[in-house]
Amino acid sequence: MKKQILTNPNKKPKWHKLGVGGYIALIITTLLSIFPFYWMFIVASNGTEEISKVPPTLLPGPRFFTVISHVYEALPQFNQALLNSFYVGTAIALAQVFFSAIAGFAFAKLNFRGQRFMVLFVVLTMMLPSQLGIIPLFMLMGWAGLLNTLGALIVPALVTAFGVFWMRQVIDAQVPNELLEAASIDGAGVFRVYWNIVLPIIAQSSFVLGLFSFLASWNDFLWPLLVLNSPENFTAQVAVNQLKSSYAIDYALNMGGAFLSTVPLLILFIFVGRRLVRGVMDGAVKG
Amino acid sequence: MSQTAVAKRKPPSPWKPVKQDRKQSNPNAVLSLNGRWGYLFTAPFFVMFLIFGLAPIIYSVYIAFFNWDALGTQDFIGLDNFTELMKDDRFWNALVNTVDIWLLSTIPMLVLSISLAAVLHSPYLRGSTFFRTILLVPNITSVLAIAIVFGQLFGRDFGIVNDIIGAMGLPHVDFVQGTQSSHIAIASMIVWRWTGYNALIFLAAMLAIPGELYESASLDGASKWQQFRFVTLPGLRNTITFVLIVGTIGGLQVFAEPLILGGSYNGGDSGQFSTLTLFLFDQAFVAYKWGYAAAIGIMITFIVAAVSIVNFFITRRLTGEKK
Repeated sequence: MKKQILTNPNKKPKWHKLGVGGYIALIITTLLSIFPFYWMFIVASNGTEEISKVPPTLLPGPRFFTVISHVYEALPQFNQALLNSFYVGTAIALAQVFFSAIAGFAFAKLNFRGQRFMVLFVVLTMMLPSQLGIIPLFMLMGWAGLLNTLGALIVPALVTAFGVFWMRQVIDAQVPNELLEAASIDGAGVFRVYWNIVLPIIAQSSFVLGLFSFLASWNDFLWPLLVLNSPENFTAQVAVNQLKSSYAIDYALNMGGAFLSTVPLLILFIFVGRRLVRGVMDGAVKG
Repeated sequence: MSQTAVAKRKPPSPWKPVKQDRKQSNPNAVLSLNGRWGYLFTAPFFVMFLIFGLAPIIYSVYIAFFNWDALGTQDFIGLDNFTELMKDDRFWNALVNTVDIWLLSTIPMLVLSISLAAVLHSPYLRGSTFFRTILLVPNITSVLAIAIVFGQLFGRDFGIVNDIIGAMGLPHVDFVQGTQSSHIAIASMIVWRWTGYNALIFLAAMLAIPGELYESASLDGASKWQQFRFVTLPGLRNTITFVLIVGTIGGLQVFAEPLILGGSYNGGDSGQFSTLTLFLFDQAFVAYKWGYAAAIGIMITFIVAAVSIVNFFITRRLTGEKK
């Protein structure tokens, strides 16, 4: 569409003229999207009493570091929890990219019997409610001796049907068959074709899948809450939840914790946000 | 090694009859690559999935026929869990709440995200990269952090929402205590989280609609609304179906928002915002009735499947023209 505008500068297409209303809608959306984060900081920096006034203050206050120190008093392991979340998320992201990319490659480019059925199987499993197997999974973790370890978070999340299906779509769309044919006729084995040709092409998309896996793991809340019970093993989410239950509602404390657990994501987002947007849009069902 | 492998393997012959292709399991495959590697490459996924995905689900179906608790009771009781569930008011209450929250979140989310996508679709928009990126911000944050913020915003005495309601001269609403009002608070968290993400999905689909369709429509004198109705909307058919089905699967399993809002698995003092999945967790990890909880899980699966199928046909209808 941009091309169209460039080639006929005098004959702009009439459709999609954008009025002021469009910009107003987008600006309101922007403000609403950011407000909860801003509010976290406002409450955490003012203290609970300040925001209980009517009308409440909408500006940052001076008590931020006091509130944060209260968070660390209430849960000295908070930094450990952030680190745990980071380790778990990284391990899951690496594993998912590795297993999904290689399985996705097989499903997209290799011809083997039962292939079609297997893909259907993967798609169907994506439809199953994830909570359905949670009790046996909990029992399984108990038998495996993984309860109250970070392993209980990592092991069940090493692969997902979603990741495999997503990589299959990506490889199907991005890797031309001719390239693989040429390489294999030149004598490269299947694994070398995968490693030397497919992987470099899908590096960007793999990175996006890894990011989404990392985010999902960082934000996962219920499963860590069920399987972890000693503070040194907490993830960031469990730690924040702990602040919630260890006191009567102390909004400043809660939001201080929520703020600490969210800031790493926002910093990450500044660097990778645009790639994530592209990933979401590339993966969209069109039509 | 690969040299000999290639020499041994029959090269794909271009003079083979086309019919042979039908036997191909994967029509887009690269035939010069040895397909048997596919088993090895997909094996890690299948092994892990069987152990941690499928086996627990099958086992869950098994224990649904037992009076099975965390302490060791394991009595086979046939369909008793299911008949008891049908008579359990908490189940029906949770079902009604879940559907209500799902409707309250899905409909505004769809309307808002398609509208936002339509604005972003304009080739005249400045700063589109910025706006697209901002739209994704709500989606990357944890439900927990956001539920804490929304819980405060919707607070009875000092929440901003009630400040605004009060400023309009209306009495304060106790969002958490009311049934419909707590559903609205929960739905607003879901809408906040998913509108931007889905707007990006719809935008991607709109960008895939050929521009000529719009041009010829406007040459035929179609108004902006008519273009939207007869060009854009039919072009989004599959995307709307997809978003709805994914939203249904997620929406009918909603639990994190009500769990954090109420601070317990009850879903409020009188269960006013208890949902199906929350009820499952309450039975599994508070009451420790694992057999009963497994039965709830199976019912959720059937409900999700049924609603998804209904959705599929309704969206086909609503989005118009047959292919």
